[in-house]
Amino acid sequence: MAQVTLESVRKVYGKDVVAVESFGLDIADGEFIVLVGPSGCGKSTTLRMVAGLEEITGGTVRIGERVVNNVLPKDRDIAMVFQNYALYPHMTVYKNMAFGLTLRKMPREEISKRVNEAADLLGISHLLERKPKALSGGQRQRVALGRAIVREPSVFLFDEPLSNLDAKLRATTRTEIKRLHKRLRTTTIYVTHDQTEAMTLGDRIVVMSDGKVQQVDTPLGVYKRPANRFVGAFVGATPMNFVEGKIESADDGLWFTAPAANSMPGVRIRMTDDVSGRLAEHTGKPLTLGWRPSAMSEHAEGKFAIFGNQITLRTAVVEPLGKNIDVSCELPDGSHVLARIDAREDFPVGEDVPFYLDMDHVHIFEPSEFGRNLSHPART
Amino acid sequence: MSKQQLAASEQLDVVGRKPFPLVRALVFVGLVLLGITFVLPFVWQVLISVSSLTDVDLLTQLGYPPDLKPENYGEVFEKVEFARYFFNSIFIAGWATLLQVITCAMAAYAFARLSWPGRDKVFFLYLGTLMVPGVVLMVPNFVIVLRLGMFNDYLGLIIPAAFSAYGTFLLRQFMLTVPSSLDEAAAIDGASHWRIFTQIMLPMARPGLIVLAIFAFLFNYNSFFWPLILIKDDNLRTLPIGLMAFDSTYGRDTPLIMAGSLMAMIPPIIVFLVLQKYLVKGIQLGAVKG
Repeated sequence: MAQVTLESVRKVYGKDVVAVESFGLDIADGEFIVLVGPSGCGKSTTLRMVAGLEEITGGTVRIGERVVNNVLPKDRDIAMVFQNYALYPHMTVYKNMAFGLTLRKMPREEISKRVNEAADLLGISHLLERKPKALSGGQRQRVALGRAIVREPSVFLFDEPLSNLDAKLRATTRTEIKRLHKRLRTTTIYVTHDQTEAMTLGDRIVVMSDGKVQQVDTPLGVYKRPANRFVGAFVGATPMNFVEGKIESADDGLWFTAPAANSMPGVRIRMTDDVSGRLAEHTGKPLTLGWRPSAMSEHAEGKFAIFGNQITLRTAVVEPLGKNIDVSCELPDGSHVLARIDAREDFPVGEDVPFYLDMDHVHIFEPSEFGRNLSHPART
Repeated sequence: MSKQQLAASEQLDVVGRKPFPLVRALVFVGLVLLGITFVLPFVWQVLISVSSLTDVDLLTQLGYPPDLKPENYGEVFEKVEFARYFFNSIFIAGWATLLQVITCAMAAYAFARLSWPGRDKVFFLYLGTLMVPGVVLMVPNFVIVLRLGMFNDYLGLIIPAAFSAYGTFLLRQFMLTVPSSLDEAAAIDGASHWRIFTQIMLPMARPGLIVLAIFAFLFNYNSFFWPLILIKDDNLRTLPIGLMAFDSTYGRDTPLIMAGSLMAMIPPIIVFLVLQKYLVKGIQLGAVKG
């Protein structure tokens, strides 16, 4: 058990390829941290620096109280689970799990006890004498988990452990990992590109892009208050919708407007009073409106019944999902947005349909890809 | 024809065509002819090895020897130190193979997995030596071996063969295909480089090691020119050199040469038969998602 601290950690390959830039994070003892981001964002590199598989160009990594920058992987008291399992193919499951303990010269009875306990916990006791090639993908991944567990390390590192599993197995193994963490309470750093995994597993999520940390917060915090446009587009089951426009001041408050074009109506949304104060200084500048497809309704009822939250969109394609339908709509500027609303038959296609927004999930961003959230600034 | 065979004969090939019987027949005939051309020299060799010297000319006109003379095989052992040559060949090729596999595997690991300054440049130098024809190196190598006092000695045959740029290259390429996450997992588990090499890499590279072992054994076992210039003592001679005794200025005893060569073929065939089953056994399966 240990906390992990990263201070302005930096990784540069060769002379000028920056993989990770000033990464700072305090991970509490027993916390489950998920690093999430698109491929090439530096999340795996960060994990590998904690593991000691990658040299640290700058900054310090601490495990417990100890600076581990120059400590060998085997002496960092960590265990890692790899995306491709990395089981030793010429050894049985038992030997795979016992390998690390044997190297540490642990007494044979203790090894056998730990391996059997871990195998029980993971439901792989009947596989101990098999070799990896005689196992299914899910079983292999559980052996890899077992190999990490028996070591009883102070930190677990997971590098996209579920990516090679099919969707159904991924969901059950995900639950299993969460259950294991609840039981073992070992500090865990988990890398994934899958935002669902990040949301469901993490005590806190670190969203990364281009080698930089974009936001660190709880799953709901990241969902409700995305620090910038990138986070809004990346986290959440459906990416945020965006429309470019500007804030205008009127007698009845601040309005976000985008012009009408191509015989389609423009956008005109009134900013609620709680965010207006923060937006007043940006009046007239180009800005981006972002909202979640799930925060839309056909009917102005309940939380959708607010003055000035109506947006009229030209519907293009309807995709039934069961409880909901996804309606792809066209904007005057030619871009597309998605509306996820309650399912109904015969939804009109090719017509201008009014939708109502849940203003709690409507954000104003600066216009660039990493434009800051101006309406709901992230907690720091 | 059984139902199964019938079904099989009507199966389509991979691109969905039915095999045309005439084409198949032609391919079959062609392959048989090819097979005969491969086998014929061996049949011929066997026939000559049991003929008397006077009948050899008959055989060159594709005749059949009138009297079989299997005593030739015993005669090979009587006329020269054939058993000794046998031992020498196997001893030298065996040691050279063992040492070569060990040194190449270690060098390959250094080139594939350790990072050190100039590694890839040194590797290209290794590769560069493959471009130099062996004959060119014969004289300098001879001088070196002479100065090291290995002339007319087993060591002179074994030590130069204990290292191989080709083998290093072969095994390096093999080790590069082993997923690096395996050694990383082992490193986190607490393994040193030596342990990763012996317990992870060598088992994983076994097919490569066996290929190299077969190549090295055959090459050293068949080696002719180097032992010829290096060995003077009769009891240090290897098989290819020893058999030359039957081809002297006083005449050529073709049946004995053939009998000796046939017996000399046995060890390489055994080596191949023993090792080939390991060759096809893909042990790498199951390491990572496959």
